[in-house]
Amino acid sequence: MAEKIKYKLNVGKIEEGFVIDHIRPGRGLMLYHDMGLNKLDCSVAVIQNASSRKMGKKDIIKVETSIDNFNLDIISLLDHNATIDVIKDGEIIDKPKLPLPREVKNIIKCKNPRCISSIEQGLDQIFVLTDAQNATYRCKYCETEYDNK
Amino acid sequence: MRHLMTPLDLTVEELEDLMNTAEDIRKYPEKYSHVCDGKILAALFYEPSTRTRLSFEAAMLHLGGKTMGFADAMSSSAAKGESVADTIRVVSCFADIAAMRHFKEGAPMVAAQFSSIPVINAGDGGHQHPTQTLTDLMTIRSSKGRLSSLKIGMCGDLKFGRTVHSLIRALLRYDNISFVFISPDELKLPDYMTEELDSDKGAPYKEVTRLEDALPELDVLYMTRVQKERFFNEEDYVRLKDYYILDSRKMELARDDMIVLHPLPRVNEISVEVDNDPRAKYFDQVQNGMYIRMALILMLLGINVEV
Repeated sequence: MAEKIKYKLNVGKIEEGFVIDHIRPGRGLMLYHDMGLNKLDCSVAVIQNASSRKMGKKDIIKVETSIDNFNLDIISLLDHNATIDVIKDGEIIDKPKLPLPREVKNIIKCKNPRCISSIEQGLDQIFVLTDAQNATYRCKYCETEYDNK
Repeated sequence: MRHLMTPLDLTVEELEDLMNTAEDIRKYPEKYSHVCDGKILAALFYEPSTRTRLSFEAAMLHLGGKTMGFADAMSSSAAKGESVADTIRVVSCFADIAAMRHFKEGAPMVAAQFSSIPVINAGDGGHQHPTQTLTDLMTIRSSKGRLSSLKIGMCGDLKFGRTVHSLIRALLRYDNISFVFISPDELKLPDYMTEELDSDKGAPYKEVTRLEDALPELDVLYMTRVQKERFFNEEDYVRLKDYYILDSRKMELARDDMIVLHPLPRVNEISVEVDNDPRAKYFDQVQNGMYIRMALILMLLGINVEV
């Protein structure tokens, strides 16, 4: 009789790299693409809807490469409450804070069809932090709010 | 080098100086008639606007300068696909100062980034119209004698009405200002404006739908036109365009010292019978608009005339 194969959903520890934790459910894949993690050739794990005592459900991303090559502003923009653990030799060596950048350039695009940035060639897409308490960013040109809800 | 993108680019003190200069120009026009000899204003109007364009051109001509430019996008190199950045770089080679109106929001700010001459935002889509605001402030100050301790009613298209947004921001810097916003639900103030009003630097306000309810308590009534060009949908425009009409009967509800402003052009939101009411100040606004633009051109060109 053939032996029954058991599959377990288990993503192992990483030795060197970083973990983005407490991501709002559904944002994990967005971060994966917007951070360019889909272009890496190292191990990357995206876990969706993991159970969380604090949040109920959460997404987690584990990346087995140095965090130094990444612009963390995009994490602040997409999910200001996400946390980061930097891993070396299998241990957490740092938990960098995610400050809200005062200005972000060419990370997100203005969705207002009436904005000059929708037609002007070569124009930087610039968003400015207008309300730090609510992490509100507005297009520098037309003041339309970036909707990350 | 300075530009004017929003009324807030000027401090309250600078605004005072500007309005004082404009008043001086009104009283002594001959003193200013040659102060811009040899200077050129480029009026870059990507969107038709008779009043604002003529006001800028008249302002420069009365200062002794000359003007050039275009009156719609089709007669500019924009029709060939030229960017705003390239257009202003080219215009900077020919003119000393530029006034830009554009149908896209933020276009004058892009121009300012690439310009080597001062750029004035002459209206960018539904976003800002700072020289109209300067005009409005000057008219309120000259009619009421102050810019503080006023209850201002704003009526009509508060969603797309850029003159409304600019004026609110400018008035928030004065003491004891409160607002009554009168509009149908579809044309209420956008969130980004109510956020500002709700913030620490905001002011008390209420939103109502009936003009008659607001009129008795106002010091200033600012009427606006429901603008066809701001709608994607013709049906919505037709349904909302006649929502508020100010006539003599409604004016009876207002105080004797209330003033009525309108950025013009009006369609039918103010009946012509109101024109003869001494409280109607919208044609004074037009005149003030030219004087304040003259003062602004002088300021941005760094030309000082003793007031």
